[in-house]
Amino acid sequence: MKKKTSAGYIVFSVFNYIFLTLLALLCLLPMIHVLAISFSAKEFVEANRVTFIPLRFTLDSYGYVFSNSAFWSALKVSVIKTVLGTLLTTFFTILLAYPLSRKNTMFPGRAIYMAVLVVAMLFSGGLVPTYLLIANTLHLKDTIWALIFPCSIQVFLVIMMMNFMRQLPQEMEEAAYIDGAEHFNILIQIVIPCSSPVIVTVMMFSFISQWNSWFDGLIYSSQPQYYPLQTYLQEFLKEPTFSGIEGGFQNVSNNSLAAANIFIILLPIILLYPWVQKYFIKGIVLGSVKG
Amino acid sequence: MITKAKNENAENTAKGHRRTKNPLKKMSWQLHLIIVLPLIFLIVFTYVPMFGLRLAFVEKLDYQKGIWGSKFCGFDWFKYMFTAMPEFYKVFRNTLIIATSKLVLGFPVPIIVSLLLNELRRTKVKKLLQTIYFMPYFLSWVILGSIIKTIFQQGGMFDGFLSWFGYRGDHIWLQSDFSFVMIVIFTDIWKGFGYGAIIYLAALTGIDPTLYEAAEMDGANRFQQTIHVTLPSMMAIIILNLILNLGSVINANFDQIYVLYNPLVYDWGDIIDTYVYRITLEGTSAANYPIGTAIGLFKSVISLILICTSNLIVKKTSDYQIL
Repeated sequence: MKKKTSAGYIVFSVFNYIFLTLLALLCLLPMIHVLAISFSAKEFVEANRVTFIPLRFTLDSYGYVFSNSAFWSALKVSVIKTVLGTLLTTFFTILLAYPLSRKNTMFPGRAIYMAVLVVAMLFSGGLVPTYLLIANTLHLKDTIWALIFPCSIQVFLVIMMMNFMRQLPQEMEEAAYIDGAEHFNILIQIVIPCSSPVIVTVMMFSFISQWNSWFDGLIYSSQPQYYPLQTYLQEFLKEPTFSGIEGGFQNVSNNSLAAANIFIILLPIILLYPWVQKYFIKGIVLGSVKG
Repeated sequence: MITKAKNENAENTAKGHRRTKNPLKKMSWQLHLIIVLPLIFLIVFTYVPMFGLRLAFVEKLDYQKGIWGSKFCGFDWFKYMFTAMPEFYKVFRNTLIIATSKLVLGFPVPIIVSLLLNELRRTKVKKLLQTIYFMPYFLSWVILGSIIKTIFQQGGMFDGFLSWFGYRGDHIWLQSDFSFVMIVIFTDIWKGFGYGAIIYLAALTGIDPTLYEAAEMDGANRFQQTIHVTLPSMMAIIILNLILNLGSVINANFDQIYVLYNPLVYDWGDIIDTYVYRITLEGTSAANYPIGTAIGLFKSVISLILICTSNLIVKKTSDYQIL
């Protein structure tokens, strides 16, 4: 049977395409605008004449960013904390998810552990007590660990991975038990290889949240040299002179400088976007449909 | 001979069962061992600060004696908060207004977008659009905040856009209350609708295609199919999402407000979290630690009550269980 398309439906389709395209432009154009500003000459930027195409193309703003030592130290902090943080979060998530994915009969005490996890998700000590613990009690201020340890366990990631591990076929594991395998072997040789999709998803989630976090960098650093990139950018936007370049910027407007910083910080996410996007969708579907 | 072998077999399997069952229970210590290290981290970085909440009940933080050694003062800070602190009412009101507006105005957007995307016949276009809509979700509020500031600055792209319609004003959008709150609400929707649309699209692909065939046989056009087949099939996930989001009406998004606001919009743009941060850590004024903790605790308790209530509702109304 041939599908009937009424005139009304064709009109709707046209409007639908127009609307959805406009919506896509609304998501893309702001970023293209900022990219254009970062490549434009000072006089055009300050006269607000740049729209979506760079005017008198120049790389000066990028030159300024790269010549700034504060940028390089912030980049170093960001890379270290993102790599270490992602690895630690993934490691902890696996260690929590595997035992919790076992049945109650196999793992006495599972319900208690689960409750500990859920309460941690629902309630927190709040800003000041957490700050006092990390800064005054543990003396982690101005160290990379203050940016890694507090956010190393994300309960929703644990629940996501636990749900995935529960759905793995039990037969393989049972066979392994009969062959005398212990939990360590089963985790390393069977469960981890079979869970690679969810492990990559967890890595993507923690990569994005580590790369994007800035508030911890702000409160746990006493000196700008300990800032990660996002905090560095935030402070630059608030006070453009903080970054240590004296005497103002001769050839570059502050807007271009901020725009150049934005694009350098965006670059890893844009490069990884196809994969990030794919695995996030997997994670969302896993988390929302299966619960 | 045969019967004996059978018996032996049966015995073996019985033994086998015993062998598979016993070691499992005996091995559960390994599970405790696996879980212990991350659990220590969780307890140190999440539960220890909860004990630090005693700070809300002390007169003044005594650095020598610590939070638990400082002088207890009961609910004094809470009394102070409710009776002598107009600022608290202001930020509480602003938080509710901003968060509720985000929920009410933002909730239908991903549903509509997913329905419209679903009407596209070409899957490649659909995928591409979905990918573009999802993009802002991955950017931090620091990045988005500076992009938004660039666009809404005086003479920026937004003013340029309005000038097509004859606007020649010199309004500074981020510096007056109403336009600031509007920008906050709409940029929040802008950042998040792609994420929501993916959840609903996943629900849409799960709808049984024979339902559409049956509706078509009955003479329903595409619009009627959407009203009578698609929407009812999505209702469960829509209601679920709505209830779960109710827990967030006390959460107006610290990151977003902090990167966008300025003293000129404190009257309507300042929220609980930004206020607590400003009076405590931003100026590192230790004298305000107890009152800041008290306000934070008040917010945490409300948020806990909201989440537990909404989960209870979900549990009662559907078979879906979150916790």
